[in-house]
Amino acid sequence: MSSDVGQQHPLALYFWIWGLLFVISAGSYLIDFFQVGYDVGTMELRWALILVFMFLKAGYIVAVFMHLKWERLALIYALLLPPGVLMVLVGLMAWEADYTWLTRVVYFGAEVAPQPAPVEHVIH
Amino acid sequence: MAEAAAQSTGLASIAKDWSSDVTTFKGVPWGKAMMWIFLLSDTFIFGIFLTSYMTVRATTAEAWPNPSEVFSLTLFGTTVPLLLIAIMTFDLITSSGTMALAVNYGYRRDKKKAVIFMLATAFFGFVFVGMQAFEWYKLISEGVRPWGNPWGAAQFGSCFFMITGFHGLHVSAGVVYLSIISYRVWRGKYDDTNFEIVEITGLYWHFVDLVWVFIFAFFYLW
Repeated sequence: MSSDVGQQHPLALYFWIWGLLFVISAGSYLIDFFQVGYDVGTMELRWALILVFMFLKAGYIVAVFMHLKWERLALIYALLLPPGVLMVLVGLMAWEADYTWLTRVVYFGAEVAPQPAPVEHVIH
Repeated sequence: MAEAAAQSTGLASIAKDWSSDVTTFKGVPWGKAMMWIFLLSDTFIFGIFLTSYMTVRATTAEAWPNPSEVFSLTLFGTTVPLLLIAIMTFDLITSSGTMALAVNYGYRRDKKKAVIFMLATAFFGFVFVGMQAFEWYKLISEGVRPWGNPWGAAQFGSCFFMITGFHGLHVSAGVVYLSIISYRVWRGKYDDTNFEIVEITGLYWHFVDLVWVFIFAFFYLW
């Protein structure tokens, strides 16, 4: 529904999505509030939840608030396909990460620190 | 010719729109198309920032400082993880909502409400930048530098300042942009248009919120 007079949609829609975005954001925050992942020591569930909430929230912002849902496919594809190429970069970097890490540990003798120092909020 | 191309739908419409030798993006004012293309290029900048940060985090042998602890706030004797960042997130969501309303009122030719909601958006943006300044101040006081920090991998600081700094710059620019455009709308500069300028400004603002979604997920929560 793209017309010459711009994007006109009922106000109620925006309020619904607005509320939904608050709920999704609260969901993301609760992941950290309940220390999901840190409590059991395996992070897979935490990462999965973070990604689910992230894509949900990003999707609603782009689709409804930025009106992409109602634009023609030519514009939608022009905007969504190029960032998809970034996934190649992400894939390559993830693929190489282990190798770089191992090189640092095995050949350069980097000390592996499993835990960061605990944070105390002291002003230096 | 142009009408014939505009009538087709589905996958065929992509080829027809691109090859129709007229305006490619039907029903999209040129300013809006240009804003989208600018935002696309900005997507790559932030995409590359976040990818570099993840690469650095995955390859360092040192432990990554725990963001949940680093960004916690102590209120009334209770330490709440990531509290300031959560407040910043809700503030930005609020501003996105007011921006969406401004766009809607703009297209309804309700100039007064459009201006009020644009200024409300700018206000929430300003509050966000204020909280970010506080966050930077707090971390710098605690000894976080681009070359080191008291808790773990040195790259934590450089990634933090680079990514949140660049995002904060976008928010600040957005506040200025919103202020200028709302003033011009108020003065009647766009009275003979459909007020698509409000939607164009809105696209930029929603993008700033969108980037924060990814920063929040990958930098603060991961």
